[in-house]
Amino acid sequence: MSLDLRLDTSGDFYANKFQPTKRDDTLILNMGPQHPSTHGVLRILLEIDGEYIIRAEPVLGYIHRMHEKMAEVKTYAQYLPNPSRTDYLHALAWGWAHVGALERLMGLEVPERAEYIRVITCELNRISSHLLWWGAYLLDLGAFTPIMYAFDDRERIQDILQRITGSRLTYCYYRFGGVSNDIDDRFIEETRVQCARMKERAKMFKDLVTDNFILRKRVEEIGEIPLDTCRKYGATGPVLRGSGQAYDTRRAEPYSVYDRFDYNIPTYDTCDAMGRYLVRMDEMQESINIIEQALNGLPEGDFIHPKAPKRPKPPVGDVYFAVEGARGKIGMHLVSDGSNSPYRLKLRAPGFSNLSLFSEVAQGILIADAVSILGSLDLVIPEIDR
Amino acid sequence: MIVKKFNDTIMGLWSLLVGLKVTAVNFTRPQITVHYPRQTVPSLEGYRGHIELVPQDEDPLKPKCIACNTCARMCPSSCISLTASKPKKKAAEDKECSGEESGEKPKPKKAKPELESFVLDYNYCSLCGQCVQNCPVDALRYTSDVYLAGFTRQEFVFDLLARLQDQAAQKEQ
Amino acid sequence: MIEAIPIPLIVISVGLAATLAFIGLNALVLVYLERKVAGFIQRRPGPYEVGPQGILQPVADGLKLVGKQIFTPTGADRVLYWLAPMISIAPALVCFLAIPFGPHLQIINTNVGLILILAFTGINVLALCIAGWASQNKYALLGAARDISQSVAYEIPLLLSILPIIFMTGTFNLFDIASGQGAWPWQWYIVYQPLAFVIFFICALAETNRNPFDLPEAESELTAGFHTEYSGMGFGMFFLAEYAYMVVASCVTAILFLGGFQGPVASGWWWFLAKVYILLLIMIWIRWTYPRVRFDQLLNICWKWLIPLAVFNLLVTLLVIAI
Repeated sequence: MSLDLRLDTSGDFYANKFQPTKRDDTLILNMGPQHPSTHGVLRILLEIDGEYIIRAEPVLGYIHRMHEKMAEVKTYAQYLPNPSRTDYLHALAWGWAHVGALERLMGLEVPERAEYIRVITCELNRISSHLLWWGAYLLDLGAFTPIMYAFDDRERIQDILQRITGSRLTYCYYRFGGVSNDIDDRFIEETRVQCARMKERAKMFKDLVTDNFILRKRVEEIGEIPLDTCRKYGATGPVLRGSGQAYDTRRAEPYSVYDRFDYNIPTYDTCDAMGRYLVRMDEMQESINIIEQALNGLPEGDFIHPKAPKRPKPPVGDVYFAVEGARGKIGMHLVSDGSNSPYRLKLRAPGFSNLSLFSEVAQGILIADAVSILGSLDLVIPEIDR
Repeated sequence: MIVKKFNDTIMGLWSLLVGLKVTAVNFTRPQITVHYPRQTVPSLEGYRGHIELVPQDEDPLKPKCIACNTCARMCPSSCISLTASKPKKKAAEDKECSGEESGEKPKPKKAKPELESFVLDYNYCSLCGQCVQNCPVDALRYTSDVYLAGFTRQEFVFDLLARLQDQAAQKEQ
Repeated sequence: MIEAIPIPLIVISVGLAATLAFIGLNALVLVYLERKVAGFIQRRPGPYEVGPQGILQPVADGLKLVGKQIFTPTGADRVLYWLAPMISIAPALVCFLAIPFGPHLQIINTNVGLILILAFTGINVLALCIAGWASQNKYALLGAARDISQSVAYEIPLLLSILPIIFMTGTFNLFDIASGQGAWPWQWYIVYQPLAFVIFFICALAETNRNPFDLPEAESELTAGFHTEYSGMGFGMFFLAEYAYMVVASCVTAILFLGGFQGPVASGWWWFLAKVYILLLIMIWIRWTYPRVRFDQLLNICWKWLIPLAVFNLLVTLLVIAI
């Protein structure tokens, strides 16, 4: 029986174009679209020598759902549920980018209470996104329990948000000029309770996982992404902050009422997966901080602009609006031609830039490290493919 | 240097034992899952299920809907399709009896079309809420109907007018 | 005619049948226990529906595995593909022949019982290697390659950590080792050889491919490692074999370090089973707590930490014995 796996020419376009190097003792492996640890349908073509990766190339497009095209044929109001489906883990940030872009284009002012509500809900969503990232990352590394503990907290946050937004995952809560529902005292009380609980649970997470010897060996000094590589590829979010640059869209391009809160930007300059890990764990605590400050300073008032347009017709022009999502800088470039649907809506997904640096980082590492690096980049493939 | 490495190893091994303790403590704690279907979640308050028609206060068999088609136009997925009966001549006589100026152009809303059918294709609904929020007379509201399961797509094409009438009949009992 | 059949043959035949029954029952209990313990650690019920509190879940699992379609992947070597699970499970049966369950419950009482067990558990590597190769699947090949390195590397500390016990007792006979210890915990060999106990336990985890050393079947990296292409009864046999080897390892640990069937009030097979199950529970507990160790770190642990420590332990023991 011959094991001529390399001469198997029945591959598809990408496999056939993936020219192997001149060596003849390497294996071409497909960490294929169905794989337990690529988060979504990501395909990575690997050329491996034993366990070491010589070359890696991500292949995208398996879940391209034409969100940008949908924006061109739907009206602004009809497009509202779409950004949530792009990145369903931090759905509110994408929704914010969409309504924020339009508000900036039309010069629509959002009432202060609505801004505070947006901040609180977006930060709650960021915490739940990071919790899921944490659980899934550890699942990739082989620990099966932390994801269950993470989901415990996540379910509570989803319960809190369910009462006011009506959904648990793909929230369609923000409207042009504010939010669609007001928050009540029960929401405020539950959020405070949950914030206190999250601080307690952080200790348990640290004991079980962050300090764990085996995990530290899997995550420290893995996937060194030097700062200029990040800059070259336009990586943002925890990937950039884990490499030493304290760039946060909330500080660099301030939007909404973030300048009223006092919060740190966690930055670690170790450039490895542990740095990114710790950035996200600290970001969860910073989000709790912001939520508590926002709850304390919540003003009374309208939750939506009294003359909020239901069928907006913005003036001709274009605008770029960026928010800080859990994965990085989410941007929307909106070009309007005066009608009730955009001429062009370009979605800037942070995951796309973050994934692009994988092929450079993945040279000479083990497959197990590749899994660890992919997990630490926090990819959500639907966002990358849009 | 050697001392530091030794120290790191000892701390590392201690962390393994701490991890075991955390798991053991969690072993003894109560379960947090809900044994569906013997138990259900504590509260579905505020959850956006599929929409339903709101009955009028005076006549629970009739919906508040005025068949303006706003919800159908605002829906991103074109889930809603409604038909309304054309205004009858009786409506024109009503207009004269109510003493309005005959020189006025008859507006559609004075003719009061009746809602004949209101069909929601729930297979495509995004639960975005545009229909509920943009209805000029608040004739739609969310349900908490989440325990839905079916075998065919047809089962999720809801006839909301029939649902309203069923609810009214049940209330009378 | 009946006198012509030698008695040891009858004993072995009956013993094999009993061992098969024991392994089968154990597999059922262990499958259930593992999933229940996993559930409770993760604060969920685990198997619940099949039977009261899910007791019949392993039976349902077995029926499911038996009922699956039997096929061989294209291009796979048919003989080797189906030989691999059998090679995996067969030595486990033989290992049980030498284990003393109680003062009068040993099928074969040989002077090389320990060597027998160690030799036969090593055949598992061959089975996994054949499985990975014969599957005609790159993932399986990688898993098999990892497993070979891992098992070969961890044989050495395994043997080195047993050697002190053998030097102390002077025999390979498992029955003598077990009865050489006293009834009370402070008379067991773990008091004299705690380091050897730890090293042996870690090596047992590595040899049986349990977390944190379950790289050959790393679910999230290699889709399923060496048994990617197996389904139905082939997978069932690998599964069974893994649990059987776990039980063998726990039995040997209990005999060597924890006094075997000896116990405080009344020595017997009940103490033996209790100790074996406590060790199995610890193995399950460890599985659901830790992430996986990376491949080169695994080998590092073996070569840089376990072997020096085992050698050091052996030297100290020899010194103490000599003095």
